[in-house]
Amino acid sequence: MSGVTLTIDGKSVAAEKGQTLLKAAEGAGIYIPRLCAYKDLLPHGSCRVCSVRVNGRIQAACVQTVTDGAIVENETAELQEYRRNIIDLLFVEGNHFCMYCEKSGHCELQALAYRFGITAPRYQLLYPKRDIDMSHPDVYLDHNRCILCGRCVRASQDLDHKNVFQFIERGCRKRLQVNGEALAATDLQVTDEAVASCPVGALMRKRVGYSVPVGERPYDNIPIGRDIETAGEE
Amino acid sequence: MKQPMAKGTDEICRRFGNDRTRMMDIVLEVQARFGCVSHEAMEQIARAVNTHPVEVESVVTFYSFLSVKPQGQVVIRLCSDIVDWMKGYEDVADAMSKELGVTMGETTPDGAITLTRTPCIGMSDQAPAALVNDVVVTHLTPERGRQLIRDLRRHLDPPQLVTMVGDGNNAHPLVRSMVRNNIRMRGPVHFAGFEPGSALRKTLALAPEAVIREIKESRLRGRGGAGFPAGLKWELARNAPGRKRYILCNADEGEPGTFKDRVLLTERADMVLEGMTIAGYAVGSDSGIIYLRGEYRYLQPFLESAIEERRRQGLLGTDILGKKGFPFDIRIQLGAGAYVCGEETALISSCEGLRGDPRNRPPFPPQQGYLGCPTIVNNVETFCCASRILLEGASWFAAMGSPRTSGTKVLSISGDCRKPGVYEVPFGITAQELIEMTEAENAGSMLIGGPSRQMIGSERFGGRICYDDLATGGAIMIFNRARNKLEIAEHYLDFFIEESCGHCTPCRVGLILLKRAVHKVVAGAGEPSDLTDMRDLSNFIIRTSRCGLGQAAPNPVLGALENFGDLYAGLVAERKPGLLPEFDLSQAVVDAELRAGRQSKYV
Amino acid sequence: MTTKARIATVSLAGCFGCHMSILDIDDRILQLAELVEFDRSPINDFKEFQGRCAVGIVEGGCCNEENVHVLEQFRKQCDVLISLGECAITGGIPAMRNNIPLRECLEEAYVKSPGVYNPSGAIPNDPELPLLLNRLYPCHEVVKIDQFIPGCPPSADAIWDALGTLLTGKPAVPVYTRIKYD
Ligand SMILES: Cc1cc2nc3c(=O)[nH]c(=O)nc-3n(C[C@H](O)[C@H](O)[C@H](O)COP(=O)(O)O)c2cc1C
Ligand code: SF4
Ligand code: SF4
Ligand code: SF4
Ligand code: FES
Repeated sequence: MSGVTLTIDGKSVAAEKGQTLLKAAEGAGIYIPRLCAYKDLLPHGSCRVCSVRVNGRIQAACVQTVTDGAIVENETAELQEYRRNIIDLLFVEGNHFCMYCEKSGHCELQALAYRFGITAPRYQLLYPKRDIDMSHPDVYLDHNRCILCGRCVRASQDLDHKNVFQFIERGCRKRLQVNGEALAATDLQVTDEAVASCPVGALMRKRVGYSVPVGERPYDNIPIGRDIETAGEE
Repeated sequence: MKQPMAKGTDEICRRFGNDRTRMMDIVLEVQARFGCVSHEAMEQIARAVNTHPVEVESVVTFYSFLSVKPQGQVVIRLCSDIVDWMKGYEDVADAMSKELGVTMGETTPDGAITLTRTPCIGMSDQAPAALVNDVVVTHLTPERGRQLIRDLRRHLDPPQLVTMVGDGNNAHPLVRSMVRNNIRMRGPVHFAGFEPGSALRKTLALAPEAVIREIKESRLRGRGGAGFPAGLKWELARNAPGRKRYILCNADEGEPGTFKDRVLLTERADMVLEGMTIAGYAVGSDSGIIYLRGEYRYLQPFLESAIEERRRQGLLGTDILGKKGFPFDIRIQLGAGAYVCGEETALISSCEGLRGDPRNRPPFPPQQGYLGCPTIVNNVETFCCASRILLEGASWFAAMGSPRTSGTKVLSISGDCRKPGVYEVPFGITAQELIEMTEAENAGSMLIGGPSRQMIGSERFGGRICYDDLATGGAIMIFNRARNKLEIAEHYLDFFIEESCGHCTPCRVGLILLKRAVHKVVAGAGEPSDLTDMRDLSNFIIRTSRCGLGQAAPNPVLGALENFGDLYAGLVAERKPGLLPEFDLSQAVVDAELRAGRQSKYV
Repeated sequence: MTTKARIATVSLAGCFGCHMSILDIDDRILQLAELVEFDRSPINDFKEFQGRCAVGIVEGGCCNEENVHVLEQFRKQCDVLISLGECAITGGIPAMRNNIPLRECLEEAYVKSPGVYNPSGAIPNDPELPLLLNRLYPCHEVVKIDQFIPGCPPSADAIWDALGTLLTGKPAVPVYTRIKYD
């Protein structure tokens, strides 16, 4: 593998050819926020929370691959502002009431909002009418909290080798659909990677509830992304 | 009833080789035959082409011409572009909906006729217009609208609505349409004579690399709007590794106010097909696809026959013009009502039988496009230019136009002017000259390049049409001084909201919120800070959206803010502490008042 | 002697949980009492404003006409208005009804819901009952809000920090654990 060198916020970073900016930054202990990127799944490029400036142009770090000598800006005031906007948009688009969401404290969207110090959404809440699919014995799908990140779609296809999810409709009517009349009619199993991949409280295991006490949940005390940053400090 | 549908659907799938990548053709046929693609049909299609029902559903629900629920035997799609509004859309819509006894979007109780609306169908020079199934009707008036419904009620056979045919090939037996070409200015590139095969003959005398060199020397830039150098694109595709390569012609022509590709396809089909063949030779490809927007389905039989004719003449097929080892053929892929499919990667997805979601880049299409192979996507007009360039030479072409933009441009001009239609003009012409040519009176503003580009006021009428100044893919709309610019901006914001693919957050959600912000100001509830917020939100959407749609969608609003800022500024005011002006208590309690039978004591 | 800053608080469509959290600042309430004087508030049960206030704290969003009226008064009487807690900021639990028509909500609550004993099927409609709004409105959609303290309820520390900053003018150091939505 041939190497390339680029700069992220003034720091020189060595990366491998073909690597995404997101991964290259991660290797150097730099956290670029992300929501739709998940493990080694193909990038989706949909949330845009990973927007960075590459040689002056805004690009999605999860999609864009490294180029030698690239100048990347990550934590500028402008980009942080845009990311905050995106987090806000995702909140107001759905119905996120964390006080009764079992994902609270484990949720990546919420954690990002905490990291960005968001006290209230900047935009009007849209309060859409959405469904909850409780049909499956072990998993429920609450569309109120789905952020259309496509992680479950790709995980089901590429990791579980099934095809349980897909998006239907377009624009603001776009939503997640299951391959069958309801979740119970699909071949989804609770152990599927798809279930684990959901960053928010949309696709959830039943009968888990609020199993971790408040104060001990992953993002209660430690901001999301800190693990990447501290790995870089060592 | 069930049985014939099952059989019919199977038969349709078989006709397309049970090939999943031909999904668009399959679902379009099922829709045409059965008035919808029901869940049963989806399951059946999924079985036949070996995919999952939800995958079929994801395609069917993406395109506005496809539907899961049954539609009328005849579907009337009234074009609701701003130009149609200016020419009387509302009265026509009203008349037709009264005559039918249904509201917009509904079907008559007998299941015969559906009335709905659709964005620009490429007939702005003959607005108001509508599609009746595949048949185009133009110059509608309330009376003609009512008559049309009465006629349809009688025969339910849209082709019978065409009593008078248009000029040129619109009268061709395979077209038979009342559409008119309205070619007002014929230039040397597109509207001079053209002998089929003449450019191809010259091409085949050159090595493929030399053909690319010729295109590069002509400095031809793409005519679809973005203006990417065509020669460079061809070279990238030629040099990209791959077993097979593809030439895609973008005939989606979705930008509101654009209709020049329709005229080129009608009158210059051979130049388009020949340009694609030339590209095939240069790039090393043996397959071309024309992505024809669903709105232009009425041109499909005619184009098929033009392709067939070229096969007969040895201009398509194997060993073209006797050249050993140069095969090339073309098929038509029909779209189904999705503006975003004009974006080249979305177009590729659609050709592959998928939702028309644009793709992530890299990889770019010349590296990995259709079915993962190196692919070039060029506009209809670009291919026409290529034909002429190979015929007349690069320097002949490069001598025309402005210093940095060579050649001519075919413009579609509509709106408040006496002579709307198609004009082939040299690059570098000024907006003012266009106003004079089209005999526009009292012009107050122009939309150059359609809503995704820019609205200019009269102080910029001296600007020139070219890629360095007023760039356009061909749409020019003229508005007189009395037109409400803010309304135009809001109208096009609605258009983009409707047409967003919904993949990325800024475009999917941001546009809705921008619309709310604009509406708040227009409704008189805004404060000065709202104007700053609108600007910030617009810039955010432009910079962070994934594809050209989101990156352009706020332009009408930004343009109005920039050029007609006074209009907005006049609507906003600082507010005293108290209830926000956008909160309307009387509205908020109206349900409760009705239910309780008493008035709110606070209103 | 400087005059103490006046504070008003109210619970609109809330559960008083946020107010409990105010009291949760424990012995710091004594420090607070040195700095402030409570104007209308459930804490002293004053129902009307005594005068102009430096700070107004609102728990809960607006679910009826009276909430709107009270919130408007708060906006007019207070220099700085704070939305305290999730219900004030996003609507919270009361906003669960936001995409259900009002009539259905009432029928569900008073007639149809299992366990309801209501043989007449009537829905309460005393003239004293404030009329419900078509949906729940977060406070900042009704009046301008200057500051937000999220949480369900917000922690006493978050409230203390925010008040401390306001009253002493010393900028607060952002603390990660202060912002919580549950
Ligand atoms: C939302 C969107 C719609 C587009 N629609 C069209 C279209 O209808 N026709 C077209 O030729 N190009 C369209 N384009 C531009 C194409 O992506 C692409 O640049 C073009 O087809 C390349 O051909 P050219 O270089 O010959 O212009 C569109 C782009 C976007 C972002
Ligand atoms: S999914 Fe996350 S943000 Fe949404 S309600 Fe649950 S915890 Fe909150
Ligand atoms: S269910 Fe979860 S993983 Fe799937 S698209 Fe929605 S938010 Fe993403
Ligand atoms: S910008 Fe809009 S149309 Fe383009 S990918 Fe994003 S959501 Fe889809
Ligand atoms: S993580 Fe890059 S777009 Fe979502």
